[in-house]
Amino acid sequence: MAEAIVITSGKGGVGKTTTTANLGTALALLDKKVCLMDTDIGLRNLDVVMGLENRIIYDIIDVAQGRCKLKQALIKDKRFDYLFLLPAAQTSDKHDLSPEAMIEMIAELKEEFDYILIDCPAGIEQGYKNAVAGADHAIVVTTPEKSSVRDADRIIGLLEKEEIEPPQLVINRIRNHMMKNGDMMSIDEIIQVLSIDLLGIVADDDEVIKASNHGEPIALQSNSKASISYRNIARRILGESVPLQSFEEEQGVLQKVKKFFGMREK
Amino acid sequence: MANKKQHITMKGTRDGLSLVLDDRAQFSDVLAELAEILSQKNFDDNQSLVTVKIDLGYRFLHKDEEEQLREMIRSKEKLVVQSIDTKVMTKEEALRLKEENDIHVLSKTVRSGQVIDVTGDLLVFGDINPGGTIKATGNVFVMGALRGIAHAGTSGNKESIIAASLMNPVQLRIAALYSRSPDYETEGVTMECAFIENEMIMIDRIQRVQKKRPELNGFERSVLNG
Repeated sequence: MAEAIVITSGKGGVGKTTTTANLGTALALLDKKVCLMDTDIGLRNLDVVMGLENRIIYDIIDVAQGRCKLKQALIKDKRFDYLFLLPAAQTSDKHDLSPEAMIEMIAELKEEFDYILIDCPAGIEQGYKNAVAGADHAIVVTTPEKSSVRDADRIIGLLEKEEIEPPQLVINRIRNHMMKNGDMMSIDEIIQVLSIDLLGIVADDDEVIKASNHGEPIALQSNSKASISYRNIARRILGESVPLQSFEEEQGVLQKVKKFFGMREK
Repeated sequence: MANKKQHITMKGTRDGLSLVLDDRAQFSDVLAELAEILSQKNFDDNQSLVTVKIDLGYRFLHKDEEEQLREMIRSKEKLVVQSIDTKVMTKEEALRLKEENDIHVLSKTVRSGQVIDVTGDLLVFGDINPGGTIKATGNVFVMGALRGIAHAGTSGNKESIIAASLMNPVQLRIAALYSRSPDYETEGVTMECAFIENEMIMIDRIQRVQKKRPELNGFERSVLNG
C-alpha cells in the first residue's frame, strides 16, 4: 500500500527540503518507487537540491489547473529509475493550489509509487494546509534550538487536528559538542517537550551543504555521518528497527585502547 | 371570589419587612394586591429606610417581571429591596452553576498556540508546553509539567489557585494579576502551587495550600456557592 508522507516543521530553514531529498534518495537506494512533491509554491528549491532544475517543463500548478497531465510534469531523477520529482511552480502563488487538488494528485500518484514524500513550505497557512491535505503520515523536522522546537510543537498541535497518524520526529543539525556542553537542547529534552516518537537524528555536517549545492543529495555518499543518518531513517520508515547512531567524535588510538580496557573518558 | 383571598403575607422583623408571595396565585393578582397594600401604607419623612425581603416560594420570575416587582416597591420612597428569594431556577442557570463548580478534565498535551478556556476548574493530565495557554474561571490543576501560560480565576476570582506537578511556567495569571518567569533559565520546581497573597502571586509548596485556601475543599465550596 502506497504511503504519502508530509515533511514539515513550521519554522523555515531547519532542513525540510534537505530531509525530503535525502529520504527520497535513501528510499530509492532501498529499491522503493518514490515520488517527491514540492509544495513550496513560489519558493521552490527541492529541484535545485536534487539537481533537476534544468529539466522542469511543467509544474504542480500546471497539473492542478489541468494544463498538463500528471505524468508529463513528473521529472525522472538522473540516478534512479524510480525516483521522480513533481516540482513546485515558481511564478504562481500558494492560493492556486487547493487541498482538494492535492488529494486528487496524491491518489493518482499512489497507484504508481510506494512512497510519496511531500515537502511542506514553512509557515502554517494555506501552503501548509495544501501539503498536509493528502498525507497519511507526517514527519516533523526540528533542530535542537528553542525557537525551532517551539514551532515544531505548534505544528504537532495542528497535525493532531488532521486525520493523520501521530507525527514522528527528526532532529536535524545536531552538534554533538554543543549538546555535551549543554549549549544546545539535548535530544531527551526535546522529546520530553514534544512527546512524540523519534524517527531519527541527523548530525550537522558540512558535507550536507556541499552536496546540496552540487545537486547531489548526501544520502548518495556512503561515508558521511549525515548520509548514514538518512539511510537509517529510511530503513525505519520501512519498518526496520535500527538503533540510533552515536555521534562520538573519531577517537585516537589511546582512547580506543582505554575503551578496550573498559576505562571511560571523564 | 378567589382574588379576594390574600396572596401576600407581610411580616415585620427587626431587620425590616418580609413579604411572602403566594406562589399559586396569578402574578398579576399578586402585583395588584401589592399595589393596594403599598398605597395604604404611609411613611412619614423622618422615618429611616426599611429593607424588604421578598420570598417567592416556588414561583419563577422573568427578568422583566422581577424588575416590575422591584419598581413597585421602590416607588415607595422609604422602601429598599434587599433580596428576592426563590426556590426555583431555570435549567440554563442550573447548568451554568454546575459548570462553574465542575472540574473539567483534559487529557492531552497543550501545545504551542493552543488555548484551552473553561468555565469552572480545569484539571489537565499532560504537559502545557511553552506557547500553550490554559484558562479557567476557577482553579487550574496540572498533573504534568506547566511550561506555558496558566490563568486561573479569569472572571476575577482572586481566591483561585494554580497547582502543577512541575511548575516552570512562562507566565502565571490569577484574576487580574500576573507574574512572569525569571529571565534566567530554570529547571522548574515540583509540586508547587500559586495563589494570591497581599495582592501578589506567591508560589509555595502544595502542602501549604490547605492553610492558605481551606475553602478549596469540595464540600465547603458547594455550601459557599449555595
